[in-house]
Amino acid sequence: MTIDRVGGGALVLLALFTLWESRKLPLGTLQNPGPSYVPVILSLLLLGFGLVVIAMGRGSDGVASVGWGEWRHAIAILGCLAFMALALERLGYRITIFAALAFLLGVVERRGVVTTTVFAVAFSGLSFYLFATVLRVQLPRSPWGF
Amino acid sequence: MFETIQNLALGFSVALSPSVLMYAFVGCLVGTLVGVLPGVGPLAGISLLLPATFGLNATNAIVMLAGIYYGAMYGGSTTSILMRIPGEAASVMTCIDGYAMARKGRAGAALAIAAVGSYVAGTISVVALMFLAPPLATFALRFGPPEYFALLLLGLLVLAYMSGGSMAKALAMAAFGLLLGMVGIDQMTGYFRFAYGIVELGDGIGVVPVAVGLFGVAEILISAGQKTPQEIVQPKFRELLPSKTEWRESVMPTARGTVLGFLIGVIPGSAHIISSFVSYALERKLSKTPEQFGKGAVAGVAGPESANNAATSGAFVPMLALGVPSGPIPAVMLAAMMVHGISPGPMLINQQPQLFWGFIASMYIGNVMLLILNLPMVGLFVNVLRVPYPLLYPAILAFSVLGVYAVNGSVVDVWIMFAMGAVGFVLRKLQFETAPVVLGVVLAPMIEMALRQSLAMSDGRYAIFFSRPIATTLLAVGAVLVILALRPLVMRTLDWRARLALVEKGENL
Repeated sequence: MTIDRVGGGALVLLALFTLWESRKLPLGTLQNPGPSYVPVILSLLLLGFGLVVIAMGRGSDGVASVGWGEWRHAIAILGCLAFMALALERLGYRITIFAALAFLLGVVERRGVVTTTVFAVAFSGLSFYLFATVLRVQLPRSPWGF
Repeated sequence: MFETIQNLALGFSVALSPSVLMYAFVGCLVGTLVGVLPGVGPLAGISLLLPATFGLNATNAIVMLAGIYYGAMYGGSTTSILMRIPGEAASVMTCIDGYAMARKGRAGAALAIAAVGSYVAGTISVVALMFLAPPLATFALRFGPPEYFALLLLGLLVLAYMSGGSMAKALAMAAFGLLLGMVGIDQMTGYFRFAYGIVELGDGIGVVPVAVGLFGVAEILISAGQKTPQEIVQPKFRELLPSKTEWRESVMPTARGTVLGFLIGVIPGSAHIISSFVSYALERKLSKTPEQFGKGAVAGVAGPESANNAATSGAFVPMLALGVPSGPIPAVMLAAMMVHGISPGPMLINQQPQLFWGFIASMYIGNVMLLILNLPMVGLFVNVLRVPYPLLYPAILAFSVLGVYAVNGSVVDVWIMFAMGAVGFVLRKLQFETAPVVLGVVLAPMIEMALRQSLAMSDGRYAIFFSRPIATTLLAVGAVLVILALRPLVMRTLDWRARLALVEKGENL
């Protein structure tokens, strides 16, 4: 299996999904397009390009040849990002960023406790001061008011 | 001519005010850092710092963001020359001969040639921007919805054609981006499309979370597990002066790179990347000693570095004059301008001359600042590279969350960035270009509106696109590009796009 065939297959599936979802909206006519007219055209184009990518994908690199060695790091970082999205408005900016940085440095990168704590406290505190206090960007605070 | 000089004087009166000067300096400084740091490109840099401009007036904000863009082009050469790592994608070609010069003890000279070439190209291309944008804007006043539809379609086709590798893959990515741009309320009927009950999606998917996800987070996901290279050539200040021969050898490549870069910059596509590739190929072809390329040829540094800086100014031409972004970075700049209540396009120059000409004048000043910043302070910037990546990427990730959240104050945008990061990681692994996705997201509402307004104008007749000369010409050019892209398939040869893809994969390095 080659990367182009996998990629092309994914595009075809995405195109079929958007086509299926477009049925919920009025299509309109050629002369008077409705809200799903352009999405349907784009889905058909995506379907076509996906099929072309599959058809021409025989000579591309094999999936096995693509290095996936960083997957552990990638999963940890994505998990951390999901945590930040969930916690940001619940715990506030400073606690969320402190916890995320502490996890990435202390657990994922195995840095020492002092380095991790100093970095996480300094970054979360200083970035909040710079953006929220100096530049007046609205950042969420914790339920405890900080 | 006299009117242009008068307008430029107005621009300098704005650009030389202390606040604009300060924000131009901050933009150039941050841009240089963005360019120096591998993994933080100008697109992610501009997107992340957009919220920092919310409290500023429009002129200061745009001057600062533009400073980041062209500052990154200057900064990108530093890591290419000293470490053989492109700080951003446009510096890939500089790695080859820049690093070879550094290994021969000419690192300082290579940095000076890159900086001076960038300065010359940056300044001359701003002159060209100054003379080209106003007449183009006047011409664009003749554009109606059919012309805009044809122009936007052509923009996507050119971007796909200019991308390295398969045009089908690039077009698929453009279609994917356009589909993402369909999310939200349909402007003509008020229907919610693909929103799944999420109210925040009513306004559509923003370009900032998509850009930061695809370019910032995806890069972190790919780079985080890799070891940081340790070998850095540290030039001494007295070594920065190139020899007479090196100066002489850099003059013509700089001139050619400037013209080439500006022309490619005006055309949609990842202009700064393509221009440096084309410039390198041109210099090798014209050289009397092509065998020196790859072993430290001065022209291999001067040409591409001039070209990518000139392309930066070129990319502002369609954005400012037509309101149409020519690539992902101008697309984010366009979004940034809209955040500040500015609508780029034919009316901008007449309605807000202080902003337009102040912006132009600030680019002249920015280029001088960058020359001063990049040569004497190169040692300082090199020290930034000594910060271990395991400390750097968590900070970039936290900035990404901050930057994306702050645009709309919405966690939904952080989730979009999360999803785009994961998608971008997989797309990079599968060798898909992600730039067309960003452009697609920005162009989708414009292109759909132009299509439907055109049909409303013509009582549903598609012949309107072929009965108006400008629209017909633009569509014909698009058709020619598709034919050109198909030609290598029929002839079974490698065209320049296939060769660019090989270079981007590092096979020539």
